[in-house]
Amino acid sequence: MKTNPRTAPQRGFHFDYLMWLFTRLSALAMYLLAIAAILAALLMSARQNMTVADLMRWAFMPNPNHVANTNIPDIEAWKGIFWQVMGILMLFFAGAHGLHGLLNVLEDYISRTWVRNFLRGLVLLVWVFMSAIGIYVILTS
Amino acid sequence: MGLKRNVGLMEGLRYQGKGPMLTYILHRIGGLGIVLFVALHILASFLSNQAWGTSAGIFINAIYEHWLFQIFIFFCALFHAINGLRIVILDLWPVLIEYQREAIWLEWFVFLPIYGIALIVIIRGGLGG
Ligand code: HEM
Repeated sequence: MKTNPRTAPQRGFHFDYLMWLFTRLSALAMYLLAIAAILAALLMSARQNMTVADLMRWAFMPNPNHVANTNIPDIEAWKGIFWQVMGILMLFFAGAHGLHGLLNVLEDYISRTWVRNFLRGLVLLVWVFMSAIGIYVILTS
Repeated sequence: MGLKRNVGLMEGLRYQGKGPMLTYILHRIGGLGIVLFVALHILASFLSNQAWGTSAGIFINAIYEHWLFQIFIFFCALFHAINGLRIVILDLWPVLIEYQREAIWLEWFVFLPIYGIALIVIIRGGLGG
């Protein structure tokens, strides 16, 4: 197999390094958002009969439609700007982290420069599109 | 260095990276699994909000609500989250890298019981309560 030489990674602050850091920091941010939402669910007195799915529903998308069938007495508490912002933050971190990760994996197996550049553009477009419909769903539910 | 990749698939599979290599592969599969699930999920919730897309939304929903898919996706999510936390901690505090093997053991100690219990619950539900 013939591989094209590529420029060696630069040292210091540059895009790939920043994304490396972002991957780690967004992972921490997702942990904090998930813990905050689970604590909130417990404070809203969801203490009995919770399932794994309920836990996931609160943790990763604290949004009235998404938690509607979980063991929460009052769905009203999840409405409002605060949980919308929390949902959008989760969407932002998960989307950017996940799609950058996908790109990372693809680039491990693809070395042709134009294909890599094409994929970077494509993944960016997918990210913008998924974020747009995701925010739409959050704000309309 | 490191940029020339002419390792074939079979050669790659024969690489004996042991514990850390296993976590790397599972982390990668897990991340990709979550991307797949999240993308389907956002798409389905958007579609079922639109009059023209309701049936497509319900169809996609049925895929990931299936208990077999749940076994897969919960593995992905739990492993990726726990292993990811280890990566973050060791990467941001590099002095700890010395304890990588211990960290990986610890990780399995946390992962296996949680996943095991979830597996029992999911399978019981899947086979009709
Ligand atoms: C609490 C949640 C999460 C944590 C702690 C976490 C942690 C991490 C870390 C540390 C990496 C870098 C691995 C490396 O450089 O070797 C990573 C990669 C990745 N993550 Fe996550 N992540 C989380 C959630 C997610 C979510 C929600 C998605 C999908 C939407 C996702 C998709 C990916 C993908 C595709 C990769 C690339 C895998 C690779 O390069 O092999 N992660 N994650």
